[in-house]
Amino acid sequence: MSVKTLTIDGKMVTGIAGETIFNVAWNSGVRIPRLCHVGGVSDVGACRLCLVEIEGQKKLMASCMTNVEEGMVVRTNTERLQSHRRLILELLFAERNHICAVCVMNGQCELQDMAEELGMDHVRMRYLFPKLEVDTSHERFGLDHNRCILCTRCVRVCDEVEGAHTWDLKGRGVNSLIIADLGEPWGQSDTCTSCGKCVQVCPTGALFSKGRTVGEMRKDRRFLKYIVTAREKHQWIR
Amino acid sequence: MATTTPSKPSKAADTARDNRAKLLERAMSRHSYSGDALIEVLHTAQELYGFLTPDLLKSIARKLRLPPSRVLGVATFYHFFSLEPKGEHSYIVCLGTACYVKGALGLLETLERRCAKAGRTSPDGKVSVNSARCIGACGLAPAVIRDGEIVGRLTPRQVTEDLDRIGVK
Repeated sequence: MSVKTLTIDGKMVTGIAGETIFNVAWNSGVRIPRLCHVGGVSDVGACRLCLVEIEGQKKLMASCMTNVEEGMVVRTNTERLQSHRRLILELLFAERNHICAVCVMNGQCELQDMAEELGMDHVRMRYLFPKLEVDTSHERFGLDHNRCILCTRCVRVCDEVEGAHTWDLKGRGVNSLIIADLGEPWGQSDTCTSCGKCVQVCPTGALFSKGRTVGEMRKDRRFLKYIVTAREKHQWIR
Repeated sequence: MATTTPSKPSKAADTARDNRAKLLERAMSRHSYSGDALIEVLHTAQELYGFLTPDLLKSIARKLRLPPSRVLGVATFYHFFSLEPKGEHSYIVCLGTACYVKGALGLLETLERRCAKAGRTSPDGKVSVNSARCIGACGLAPAVIRDGEIVGRLTPRQVTEDLDRIGVK
């Protein structure tokens, strides 16, 4: 394994060949904003919030999808990146019916936190207000498409950690939707094991436990690290 | 291996249906039931049955050993695959730059007003309306593919007359 030395925000850091810029940055204390990344499952580069500037490249690169190279000079928080990130967040909000005041995750939501952190205090474009359904057919959990940001964390955790692959994406572009099996109500899914991993990793209130009302939903993110470490290293650390 | 057919086979159509199931089975075995061949298999299924029903998707998923959600995801991602029966007639309006400039939107508007939104089939099952980016017939702009044939230099009026001829209300 060869070691790569690079600069992130003026700081000399080292990473192993094949590691992403995102991981190396976080390990060395540079927090790059993200919504679709979740530790323990693969990355897809869906949310584009982790875009970074790399010297010598005109294009912005998703740091969770770009491997470190020797001598790279990476900037993660320039004016240009900040304004792009705010725009991406505004588009995410405008695409569905994100109204924090009536959401189960109000106060704990990663999308809301990200907006606060990046200083996105209003949305300049008009909300699309699509008419989407809420699926509460599962006995313990609910799926509200109105709050989904299509990060596909649930799809990946269900496939890679639980191994059930109940979830996937249907359609394309603005018409994409999370589906269970053949687009059936969640409660009727043959493959779902009701493990609840998707609910715990969902960054917004799209997946929630039933019986929670506004601001009452809490999610436990540590469980995934626990399972993944247990599986890969045979160490059960809480 | 039992194959699910999309609807209950009537006696007359029995042999034809069996044949379709057999052909689909053969396509899958040609790819040694590999999940990587999903798109090819869906192509074959669509050619054989005209459209993809949930039962058909379910049986493909089972045989290729894929999760059903992945199969539906792929089938809905590509516009080529259709989950509802195609109409008797099909109109594909080219929305490439040349056709657009020459008024393809007017043609599409006429079709959408009389029949169905792009990508859909009219409720009476007569006409399927679709749009395409560029069909490579820019010299004939605005061009439409009507039942598999390219018709060029169309006007909304001609489209209206055409629809009247087919008997669209």
